[in-house]
Amino acid sequence: MEVRGASLAGDLRLKAENRFYLKRSGPPASSETILKWRIIMNLIEIKKLNKTYESGEERILALCDVDLNIERGEFISVMGPSGSGKSTLLTILGGLNHPTKGDVIVDDIPIYKLSLEKLADFRREYLGFIFQSFQLIPYLTVVENVMLPLSITKRANREQVIMAEEILERIGLRGKGKRLPDQLSGGEQERVAIARALVNSPPILMADEPTGNLDSKTGKEIMELFKSLNEEGQTIVMVTHNPENTAYSSRAISLRDGRVDGNCS
Amino acid sequence: MRLKDISINNLRRRKGKVFFLILGLTIGITTVVTLISITRMMNEDISKKLDEFGANILIIPRSDDLSLSYGGMNIGGVSIDAQTLKDSDVPKIRQIEVRENVSTVSPKLIGVVEIEGKKVPLMGVRFEEELRLKKWWKIHGAEPKGRDEVLLGNEVAVRLFKSTGDSLPINGKPVRISGVLDETGSQDDFLIFSDLTFVQEAMKKPGALSLIEVSAFCNTCPIEEIVRQISEKLPQAKVTAIKQTLQTKTEALDHFKKFSVGISIMVLLIGSLIVFTNMMASVNERKREIGIFRAIGFRKSHVVRIIFLEALIVGLIAGIVGYIFGLGVSQIIGPMVTGMKGGKIFIDPLLAIGAILLSSLIGILSSAYPAIHASKMDPTTALRAL
Repeated sequence: MEVRGASLAGDLRLKAENRFYLKRSGPPASSETILKWRIIMNLIEIKKLNKTYESGEERILALCDVDLNIERGEFISVMGPSGSGKSTLLTILGGLNHPTKGDVIVDDIPIYKLSLEKLADFRREYLGFIFQSFQLIPYLTVVENVMLPLSITKRANREQVIMAEEILERIGLRGKGKRLPDQLSGGEQERVAIARALVNSPPILMADEPTGNLDSKTGKEIMELFKSLNEEGQTIVMVTHNPENTAYSSRAISLRDGRVDGNCS
Repeated sequence: MRLKDISINNLRRRKGKVFFLILGLTIGITTVVTLISITRMMNEDISKKLDEFGANILIIPRSDDLSLSYGGMNIGGVSIDAQTLKDSDVPKIRQIEVRENVSTVSPKLIGVVEIEGKKVPLMGVRFEEELRLKKWWKIHGAEPKGRDEVLLGNEVAVRLFKSTGDSLPINGKPVRISGVLDETGSQDDFLIFSDLTFVQEAMKKPGALSLIEVSAFCNTCPIEEIVRQISEKLPQAKVTAIKQTLQTKTEALDHFKKFSVGISIMVLLIGSLIVFTNMMASVNERKREIGIFRAIGFRKSHVVRIIFLEALIVGLIAGIVGYIFGLGVSQIIGPMVTGMKGGKIFIDPLLAIGAILLSSLIGILSSAYPAIHASKMDPTTALRAL
């Protein structure tokens, strides 16, 4: 596991302990450290997370007392009908949407206690986003789109290009780096979006309906790609309403009316 | 890839809109550069005319006696022996506070001599100073060298039937005519110009002066100030500024300057407004994009930088193009306004740099609000704006 957040100061720095345990083949012997190990194994922890939206006099409860722990290397799929709060959960997990109550702890960092700018740094260091309908920048070439997360790092241009080309090759888009997004098929655009999300080697990959805009064949290919990425150790959180996709994940969570498997009082 | 690449690529994508954005700002800068250039031309024109005009301050003794006119100006009682100005007064003029504005000081003594039965006014001058003062003089012959050479006014030469090289007796002393002046249409046509000390001796008034003419560089300074300071130094003399058509020219220039400032401000305001609306529209169009940037981990400051970079690029281009256009337009309009011939294109690096800086500054200032607005966009709503 690559050490994350080395460039970030203070609370964003990965604790030395974590790295220590992660490098060892097994947990240490003492019961105290075993307990610690179990806690540290959780990459993402959520406890009693609440989110309400207020529009006028109406209060809409989007998430209600959600508890969720995600371990390193897991491939979680979040299922649920539209309006169930799954997109809200993803944006909150992704550091884009402040919860009304509760916090999200990623790698021991309570992310919503960070300042907005630090939160942006957190997203850069920890998360790779794959948005619905790809969300590529139309005036940037494929390589430039992939380099986007690197453009705000101190990496030299040459290094950025090498990193982008490496990931493009891995994702099966070799030789298409100079094209503009609208010169690619839907499946290829999705792959560019995945490459962009992965170029920074983030610990967590977040995907919002990754197959939503693809035909079923291409959708399957993408899911296979996700699966192989997960087998290489990539933690993935995916929101989907397609039950077929859950087959690729290691764990499926079902959201209904803002609750994990249940009703919100 | 750096942030600047994002800015440049975005500008390249929106070529049409960026063209009008640059055009709006360019028109503003062109106007400012043109107005500044024309103001300068007018200034130059006026100072040149001031130079040609010669003296603009006249110093004469205070006297209530008979008056005699010279060059259309009343020079007080010079005909009688009101000996209140002296050679020693001349250096005092050079001692005033604003002495750097004093260009030429020409002391003179006027007397009358009888030559071949005709009474002719004789003026003693320091030729070096007098010739600097009267740049429009055209001499047939040569400038007088030494005390025994004189210059004849055109009318005097005609009346005395004398020409260059002839000899002339003044108070019994023969002097040589080194040159004859072309007609000037002024009092100078009726005078014999001779060396000051020679005239002082001939008139038996050693050290005496009838008047002093002063030329000052006054297109930039208040002439009243020079007059006041000379008056302080020479309390026995009457110091007058010669008010001429140039005064109205200077006033016209002042009005034009004010008008230019007004027009410039207005055109630049319109330019800023064009930049502002264009940038604001661009930011709103790019909501989704900005949301992606923010989600990927761009800080607010990164978003601001992208937009400011775009504004800066637009500003730089508009500044350079505006300066070049302004230079061209002022070459066409300038001669019409001043009546001077254009011809040479004068490139002032300071004006060029100023135009580019101004343009960049307007670009950035007008984009400040759109940039901050963009950085404050909520990434989730930005992403939902599909």
